[in-house]
Amino acid sequence: MKLEARIPGGPLESKWDRHRAEVKLVNPANKRKYTLIVVGTGLAGASAAASLAELGYNVKAFCLQDSPRRAHSIAAQGGINAAKNYPNDGDSIWRLFHDTIKGGDFRAREANVYRLAQVSNWIIDHCVAQGIPFAREYGGLLANRSFGGALVSRTFYAKGQTGQQLLLGAYSALMRQVAAGQVQMFPRREMLDLVVVNGQARGIVVRHLLTGKIERHPAHAVILATGGYANLYSPISTNGAGANVTAAWRAFKRGAGFANPCFTQIHPTCIPLHGDYQSKLTLMSESLRNDGRVWVPLTPGDKRRPVDIPERERDYYLERLYPTYGNLCPRDIASRAAKRQCDQGKGVGPTGRAVYLDFADAIRRLGRAEIEARYGNLFQMYEKITGDDPYRTPMMIYPAMHYTMGGLWVDYHLMTTIPGLFALGECNFSDHGANRLGASALMQGLADGYFIIPYTICDYLANSSFPEVTESHPAFADIEAEVMDNIRRLLAVKGRRTPASFHRQLGHLMWEYCGMARTDAGLQKARQLLAELRQEFWDNLLIPGDAATFNQNLERAGRVADFLEFADLVALDALTRRESCGCHFNEAFQTEEHEPARDDVNMRHVAVWEYAGKDREPLFHKEPLEFEFVKLAIRSYK
Amino acid sequence: MSSATINLTLQVWRQNGPLDQGRLETYRADNIPTAASFLEMLDIVNERLAQEGKDPITFDHDCREGICGMCGAVVNGRPHGHEQGTTLCQLHMRRFRDGDTIIIEPFRARAFPVLKDLAVDRSALDRLIQAGGFISVNTGQAPEANSIPIPKATADLAFDAATCIGCGACVAACPNASAMLFVGAKVSHLALLPQGRPEAAKRALLMTAQMTPLGFGNCTNHKECEVECPKGISISHIARLNREFLKALLASPEVIPEMSADQGRLPPASES
Repeated sequence: MKLEARIPGGPLESKWDRHRAEVKLVNPANKRKYTLIVVGTGLAGASAAASLAELGYNVKAFCLQDSPRRAHSIAAQGGINAAKNYPNDGDSIWRLFHDTIKGGDFRAREANVYRLAQVSNWIIDHCVAQGIPFAREYGGLLANRSFGGALVSRTFYAKGQTGQQLLLGAYSALMRQVAAGQVQMFPRREMLDLVVVNGQARGIVVRHLLTGKIERHPAHAVILATGGYANLYSPISTNGAGANVTAAWRAFKRGAGFANPCFTQIHPTCIPLHGDYQSKLTLMSESLRNDGRVWVPLTPGDKRRPVDIPERERDYYLERLYPTYGNLCPRDIASRAAKRQCDQGKGVGPTGRAVYLDFADAIRRLGRAEIEARYGNLFQMYEKITGDDPYRTPMMIYPAMHYTMGGLWVDYHLMTTIPGLFALGECNFSDHGANRLGASALMQGLADGYFIIPYTICDYLANSSFPEVTESHPAFADIEAEVMDNIRRLLAVKGRRTPASFHRQLGHLMWEYCGMARTDAGLQKARQLLAELRQEFWDNLLIPGDAATFNQNLERAGRVADFLEFADLVALDALTRRESCGCHFNEAFQTEEHEPARDDVNMRHVAVWEYAGKDREPLFHKEPLEFEFVKLAIRSYK
Repeated sequence: MSSATINLTLQVWRQNGPLDQGRLETYRADNIPTAASFLEMLDIVNERLAQEGKDPITFDHDCREGICGMCGAVVNGRPHGHEQGTTLCQLHMRRFRDGDTIIIEPFRARAFPVLKDLAVDRSALDRLIQAGGFISVNTGQAPEANSIPIPKATADLAFDAATCIGCGACVAACPNASAMLFVGAKVSHLALLPQGRPEAAKRALLMTAQMTPLGFGNCTNHKECEVECPKGISISHIARLNREFLKALLASPEVIPEMSADQGRLPPASES
């Protein structure tokens, strides 16, 4: 596997301009001769499909849900970063770039992150033009707020529903192109394999989820925007029920490199787990840490009600440990700090696995009405789920799996190691290193879809030749046969445990041994337990119904089967990375203050895994990370 | 978060496919934790059905935090259940009492054919958006974001309309199965903003004209939609749609397109 990042030369500031000046273009009249497939219609997929269609390409867009508007980007609450510097507080493209690369603990590519910061401002312009109702000041201009890991206010937001508003903007652009006949929309389809012909990605095989029909879709290039794999940890995950790794995993098996799978982000502020029937954990936006103060009782085992614990017997541990950033320190740091407090017996709530997020001071300072205006929908959601009123009693929160920085390896063009297969948004690994800062996921998804892929894919199309590949090509027949065989094997087990029950066991296993704090022994144990669980899955799986109907258990079974294989790669990658960095925390590599200890001499690389065949250990490759423009430093938020 | 449980009787609409006649079936749902959500209650029931060798209840869902709009069913006669401002996934079992009988049916509307059990086809809502629920701006054309100041109150009002999650509860609640609140919310959101004004007339005419061919009924001011909308969208947005429509009809050069049942249909969203 050759890992050529194809980063343009020259100064950091001009790399993207240079790339845009140098890419080969496709004549407008020729664009309509190309068919492009986009899988997934979240921020990255919908924005890519709409923008490519606007340019004149024929686009086929696919999603699992009944409508492209349902993709899980919709649940992003807090906001989207951009380097507009409207508040005049010292922001710049350089500072957004630097915060992002530092936030990622220096495990991302400089050139990609700089480009992300550069296009961030265009995203805000475009979204406002689409009619997205961002929060505004009384003068009618756009408002900003702060997010973790930054000392400037650069986050644009629409109450606690920023992801929803941005997705509906991309969705409406997509619907406009559907009406124009430029995009063919295929909802309720699941991509089950990638078709590679002569080394080029030339199409996909999907299952129609209502009828069970297997369909073949040829194209000139395939764009995956299928999101992340945090549901590997389900139910200790904030992702929507359908989110899965299947498309990326099947692409991996066809030759796409998988990068940094162990970089999984745990979000510090989720509603804690409290019962074995829970299907997911709900996130409470990081923006709440603008005004909420995190604390635990000073004394372990203090079971008094929070209002009865006087100020001097509380430990506002984030403010104490990280005075500069306080409650707004990055997610990985806030999560591990919460875990340590709970490990010391200071956790609160019925399970002892929770900390308080308290708004009493903010309500006293700003008034209830102002807090309601800022976070009303979040408070309401908390009240509905827990039955507690956060205006009167502190929220209880605990970390949960939320986002995955790892993903398909892509070069500067966002192309994977398979020519013609591109990966956008959370599906790729490219911009967040070992830890993503808040309000950067929306930025990256839209940057990739609106502003990067339209340029880079052009270069691929103009420089490649395309032998004719239609639905009747033998490669489609072979892959369809494999897909059908896999479905038959799943249905043939006829055991006693549902896919949901296996998924739950897998999630707890990964959370326990490959979660917030990892050890070599735990990771090795995870690999062994995973092998046993895979065995049991194929011996004892129960799927009611058949393949020719709307069968939600069959859908889930296929996804769980892939998660079970993929989980081993996550554990293997975690074992192979001999350092702690960002969200990957191996207890063997830590400072005296329990902060991650990086190894910049031996581990300053992207770990890329290549499929080596069934039941064979995947092959390890490295993309060294060169830092020409920023100085590597120990990340400090003190 | 108490660990209390309740025992329930469920009467659930079971329908094998679009052509099946369908019927209510009765199930026991014992020991349901009151801290579980409604969908988690259905998960528990489905796990038990699977263990008994029966077909689990099919229902659409995804985010389970009240924002994706994919879930929804009529619970005891009310879309998303009796708690106001709540999607089905955010309705929790502490809102029910031990011994309750709960009747669960799919959203009923001519425009929303039942696919299986509680899952319905709401692609008609996508087609309404395709008719004009957007601002025609291509990527790359936008002016600088702060070059268009918008009064905060206007932006807030536009946000209140834009918060629609497209779940279809308004249609299911309406005796006429009208989509006026859905269309009103989109037309109002975009008409309030200066960016949306150039196409405001065309949008109001096209989206309105699309409703009947897609199988939605007319609005006769029952206001049920406003009561059942999980996002609390006000019918004042329907009033704004009516004003936009009238203005467009009387004072704009746009013409109302002729739409019959066939020609009105845009390219289908769900077929290849």
